[in-house]
Amino acid sequence: MKIRIRFAKRGTMRFIGHLDIMRYFQKSMRRAHVDICYSQGFSPHQIMSFASPLGIGLTSEGEYMDIEVNSSESSKAMIRRLNEVMAEGMEILSWVRLPEEGKTNAMANIAAADYRVTLHGTAVQELTRSERAASGAEIAALWESFLEQKEIMIHKVTKKNEMDVDIRPLIFDASCKGDTFTLRLSSGSVQNLKPEAVMEAFFAWAGAILPEHALSICRLDMFALREEKLVSLEFLGEVIA
Amino acid sequence: MRKLALSDEILLTVEKPARYIGNEINAVYKDPEQVDVRFAMCFPDVYEIGMSHLGIQILYHMLNAMEHVWCERVYSPWVDLDRVMREQKIPLFALESQSPVREFDFLGITIQYEMCYTNILQILDLSGIPMMASERGEDDPIVIGGGPCTYNPEPLADFFDMFYIGEGEETYPELIRLYREHKAAGGHREAFLQKAATLPGIYVPSLYEVAYHADGTLASFTPKYPDVPEKVRKVIVKDMTESFYPEKPLVPFIKVTQDRVVLEIQRGCIRGCRFCQAGMVYRPVRERSLDRLQDLAAKMLENSGHEEISLSSLSSSDYSGIEPLVNGLIEDCRNRKVNISLPSLRIDAFSLDVMSKVQDVKKSSLTFAPEAGTQRLRNVINKGLTEENILNGAAEAFRGGWSKVKLYFMLGLPTETEEDMKGIPLLSETIARRYYEEVPKEKRHGKVNITASASFFVPKPFTPFQWATMFPKEEYLRRAYLVKDTFAEQLNHKAMHFQYHEADVTVLEGVLARGDRKVAASILQAYRRGCLYDAWSDFFDNDKWMQAFADTGVDPDFYTLRERTAEELFPWDFIDVGVTKKFLRREWERAMAAEVTKNCRDVCNGCGAASFGTGICPGGDRDRLCAKGGEE
Repeated sequence: MKIRIRFAKRGTMRFIGHLDIMRYFQKSMRRAHVDICYSQGFSPHQIMSFASPLGIGLTSEGEYMDIEVNSSESSKAMIRRLNEVMAEGMEILSWVRLPEEGKTNAMANIAAADYRVTLHGTAVQELTRSERAASGAEIAALWESFLEQKEIMIHKVTKKNEMDVDIRPLIFDASCKGDTFTLRLSSGSVQNLKPEAVMEAFFAWAGAILPEHALSICRLDMFALREEKLVSLEFLGEVIA
Repeated sequence: MRKLALSDEILLTVEKPARYIGNEINAVYKDPEQVDVRFAMCFPDVYEIGMSHLGIQILYHMLNAMEHVWCERVYSPWVDLDRVMREQKIPLFALESQSPVREFDFLGITIQYEMCYTNILQILDLSGIPMMASERGEDDPIVIGGGPCTYNPEPLADFFDMFYIGEGEETYPELIRLYREHKAAGGHREAFLQKAATLPGIYVPSLYEVAYHADGTLASFTPKYPDVPEKVRKVIVKDMTESFYPEKPLVPFIKVTQDRVVLEIQRGCIRGCRFCQAGMVYRPVRERSLDRLQDLAAKMLENSGHEEISLSSLSSSDYSGIEPLVNGLIEDCRNRKVNISLPSLRIDAFSLDVMSKVQDVKKSSLTFAPEAGTQRLRNVINKGLTEENILNGAAEAFRGGWSKVKLYFMLGLPTETEEDMKGIPLLSETIARRYYEEVPKEKRHGKVNITASASFFVPKPFTPFQWATMFPKEEYLRRAYLVKDTFAEQLNHKAMHFQYHEADVTVLEGVLARGDRKVAASILQAYRRGCLYDAWSDFFDNDKWMQAFADTGVDPDFYTLRERTAEELFPWDFIDVGVTKKFLRREWERAMAAEVTKNCRDVCNGCGAASFGTGICPGGDRDRLCAKGGEE
């Protein structure tokens, strides 16, 4: 059966990259005696796939991986078993069974992601000294005006080419309180917008430069599109009683 | 959440930040307020190398099993972080608590190879601990060295407060007890060192007076005080089955060199190869019981979740229970979907059968270590392997489907002639031809593929070859070119690849391996000139080392090219490893006569290791087993 696992990656674990997190979970599955399915051959590997990789330095409350297992205890029991073998900063949040048919692959399904972005002191300083803040406007007020724009053009450079993209339609929802922003951004393989890019655009619009390493970013959750609604990846499966 | 010693900005700009944050599975955390002894255990190389070392894992968990001790880990910061730490004056820290090393009671450094000596100075320097032991004060940690290079600790004598000669399981509990007593009584550093010097295996270099002859050789080596022992006898584990072994190995996040469970099946080696230091200093051979090994394997796999297990020993095929051990592991690992890696297995019918079960024959290669190209020279080095053994093993392997062979050789061995050098390509060619003789055309998986590697021989203390002279760099290269050219003349040269090591590293390793206290000044000067990570060819800078020798008036040739007489007092002679100098000399003379000496299982050659009264030696376990009517 197919299982979807939601997990959090906090604290010092933000310095562990995606490939190492995969290796970490392969070993965790063994330590927790998860009855996971293996491929055939001389060096069998676990059937395991991850949703959109998280960059180094980011924390998350909503990471996902799908695995295939031969058998499973209740969701509650499996969460407990895995959490007993986790490193500090890693926590299993849910274990749900995916329907056998239909497109449920975690990676292919993603349409949006929520992020919480907190500005460090250096970034706040930079912003409050900017041209647009000269009138004494609060960050939240600046943010409102930024979002009121009909289009927000950024220059995107990829390995293959570079182009100007309007990111305004990719910002589905956004709010700001003090130095903290909550963003719902288009995500996945079709139109992927990173929170760093939004913040850079915001700073550029304000007439400031976003200092390096001045953002704390936490991915809160990831969503798939179901009947024109965004649904948390976790809710595409069922809790095992 | 743990507070890290490095800022996000630093961690996000250096390569692999996971090297510096700790938090690995099975790492041990304690409340610093609740312990009396804080021990920083260091492997002076990059994290991925250091984390792969079994000895540190044993000592880490053994020390942490003591209630009053918290042992943490320290590795060399990589060159990128090294630069940042110097610029921003960030003191070196231990991974678990992230607190500065300088605040610890002990800094233990394992010294595994000569080319890490400048990294030792980096560790001290970045920690803010004076590099010279004589300049350390009451607040500095006790710096203690251990590992194979302590069998000649003299080039490092100035930098260490003490050396631990032998296997760590034995004396650490006693040393820690002594330290706690001393600390509780508010005793001085000097007094502690003097007391520690009386413990088995502990060598405190500052308590010895060294004098030299006019020609630079050692004249005398004497204790400064009456209660300081004249000889320091290595300490060893008597009973491998009962000795401490970690059941919860550390599991790193990033891929390290040894990313698997390591099962140490025995210590020592019966073979007696005359170039091999490990084969002499780890005598006598002591085995861990089969039951204990099976139990350990299961526990370590459970607790780590590793997907591979490897056997560790100098010569696994010589373990008396190798067949039941391996067969049991194969069964257990198949159920667990765990891979087995079997290094140092002799190629024979049993090992080929086993390997065909655990690896993909088409992809894997076979490894032979003939070490020398002719039978005469293999007799000189006492490598039991004959050409017939190799060819039969290869033939059997080729029939079994293998087509890739790796061969390991040494160049620059004592008595080596041109015939011996040319023997390397000739033996390789014979093996290649054997492939086409053994495997009919329709059964071949492409061409045979032979990789021959040669390292240059470096004489080591406590081996029969400790009297051997080395060669200048140019001579090593001449020999390598000769081998290379002869390879090119062979019929199957397109199926054979020959590679050889760097010659200047060999010469330096030779100086450090058999150096004396005078060499310390050159090591310090090399470090000051910027030498670091000398074991990494990207960073090794021979010119700087040569300048450092010139700056400090040390002549490298004195250590490498000089003829040593039978009577010469060596800097390491104050250490008693069990194996006697008399035996080593006898072996040197037999080597010169190309006479083979039998292995320890066939006959006792009276090397001296029997004085430990354990293991395979007469009077050791084997006799006890026989008396009880056991196997053998």
